Amino acid sequence: MADITSTAAPAAAKASRKGLSEAWFAWALIAPALLFIGVIVAWPLVETVRLSFTDADLGGESWVGLANYEKMLSGAKFFEIVGRTFFWMVLSVGLKLVVGLIGATLLNAAIPGRALFRMMIMPPWVIPIAIGCIGWLWLYNGQFGFLSGMSQRLGLLDGPFEFLAYRNSAFYAAIVTDVWVGTPMVSLFFLAAMQGVNRDLYEAAWVDGAGRWYRFRRITIPQIMPVIVSMALLSAIWTFNSFEIIYILTQGGPRGGTTTMIIDTYKTAIGNYKFGEGAARAVAIVVILGVFSLLYLKVLDRVNKHYGVK
Amino acid sequence: MLMDRYTLLQKIGIYAAIALFLTFILLPFAEMFRTSLSPMSHLFSQPYKIWGDNFSFQAYSDMWVKVPLLGRYIWNSIYIATMVTVITMVFVIPAAYAYARLDFPFKAMSLGVFLSVNMFTGAVLLIPLYRVMRTLNLLNTYWAMIVPGVAFLIPTGIWLLRGYLEKIPKELEEAAYVDGASRLYTLRRVVLPLATPGLIVVGTSIYIGAYAQQYLFAVTFNQVAELQPLPAGLNQFIGYQTVEWNQMMAAALTGVLPVMVVFLFLQKYLVAGLTAGAVKE
Repeated sequence: MADITSTAAPAAAKASRKGLSEAWFAWALIAPALLFIGVIVAWPLVETVRLSFTDADLGGESWVGLANYEKMLSGAKFFEIVGRTFFWMVLSVGLKLVVGLIGATLLNAAIPGRALFRMMIMPPWVIPIAIGCIGWLWLYNGQFGFLSGMSQRLGLLDGPFEFLAYRNSAFYAAIVTDVWVGTPMVSLFFLAAMQGVNRDLYEAAWVDGAGRWYRFRRITIPQIMPVIVSMALLSAIWTFNSFEIIYILTQGGPRGGTTTMIIDTYKTAIGNYKFGEGAARAVAIVVILGVFSLLYLKVLDRVNKHYGVK
Repeated sequence: MLMDRYTLLQKIGIYAAIALFLTFILLPFAEMFRTSLSPMSHLFSQPYKIWGDNFSFQAYSDMWVKVPLLGRYIWNSIYIATMVTVITMVFVIPAAYAYARLDFPFKAMSLGVFLSVNMFTGAVLLIPLYRVMRTLNLLNTYWAMIVPGVAFLIPTGIWLLRGYLEKIPKELEEAAYVDGASRLYTLRRVVLPLATPGLIVVGTSIYIGAYAQQYLFAVTFNQVAELQPLPAGLNQFIGYQTVEWNQMMAAALTGVLPVMVVFLFLQKYLVAGLTAGAVKE
């Protein structure tokens, strides 16, 4: 803190008076946003916790204590869904980061047409997710879709293949769509970070005879590491919560093959009108994401310290 | 620059990789476009044929007749996203300024509270959120789709904008302050004009978020057909007997076109703005 006013005693008195009004001013600036979030997010969250201890449905509600949690945790199905959700998150986020990094590197290459290519990756990000999913729904269609049709013509498939009709293929198909939705944003953030890297570093390495791969590994990656790590955290939370993509493609099926925690919560609460049981699942999501985020922020802190970012 | 020169082989490799990457990104759009041109008879004909000679733009004129409200849906999507962006910015700008510049009790803790909102999505809180909307009498209005959108975008906005405001030299503000300008005047007349590039980036990101995710709130909190945004309105092409797939695809592509074109050209400023915000000095 290099506050020049705090060097002399009268100035210090003035600074402390300023400090008091500063706190009031700051809170006045924050209050509207905090209030808004309080009503629209915090209150529903408190309500969710309360509902999770009731048997609320369309008819009414009464207190049932921990019954919803006991029911949820007693079946093997819940843990299967938790496992699937983490598998979904890790695989999808990993792919988004790898594809995003490759994409950003390609779009950062000094070649003609670069400006046009950068424009062309925008569409999946800037259109409504639900609309992108309609395109994928058709691509995955066995009878009329391009993927099945093309594979048959190329002799890869003997007959129509419904990508969304089998547990495994539906799961990976949903992953591909999720990666498709998430990749443009990740690519653009990485691209922006790459352009922020000081060119002198590359030139110095180049003069020393370092090749492209070496420069990428030893300069680009470490320099943009803080952005990679924070994108990984944000993507992880969004992917964990990814709802529309799965819901529109498969509604969580076939036979639960693509049911993640968020889909399970939605179907329990909205589909089956078991508000209380749905709320218990929502609380489980919040607890898991909370623990996950705390762990992650510790890692982020370490990474930032390691790479000298304050 | 010499360092950036590629050999011919490297160039071919880069272009091939970019072609593969863009194929992945654009494939669903190509498929939607192909479907929009196909007459229904071609779509369901076997064996599979990618292209037919009877392809036409017929669906692009039929869709307005089949779903008369289509123009309204396209407009609603843009209107809702615009309102969400404007209102979010009104909340975000003062808060981001406070976190960027001022020192106050519970600063880190309250910022943590904001950022933790990022962990939730509307889908988890739907039941209580529905009750809140009902209590506030907002169900079946535009506000039912605008208000939750704003709440879930405020934290990202604060987080992004704070980064930009921190970069503005403090001396300028202090000079205005010493000259007797009030805090609010300084914020309005000194800080905001300097922060314009950052405001554009943050506003653009919020708009994209608001435009991309209007399906869930629309189908849950709004039953009025005239108010539905495009993703929900497309359900109108699903009839009792048949789904007019070609018209649905034509409508989807036409509907997103205006916004998409704007963002294709904003991309350059977006990357430049993100770069400016990402570089730590």
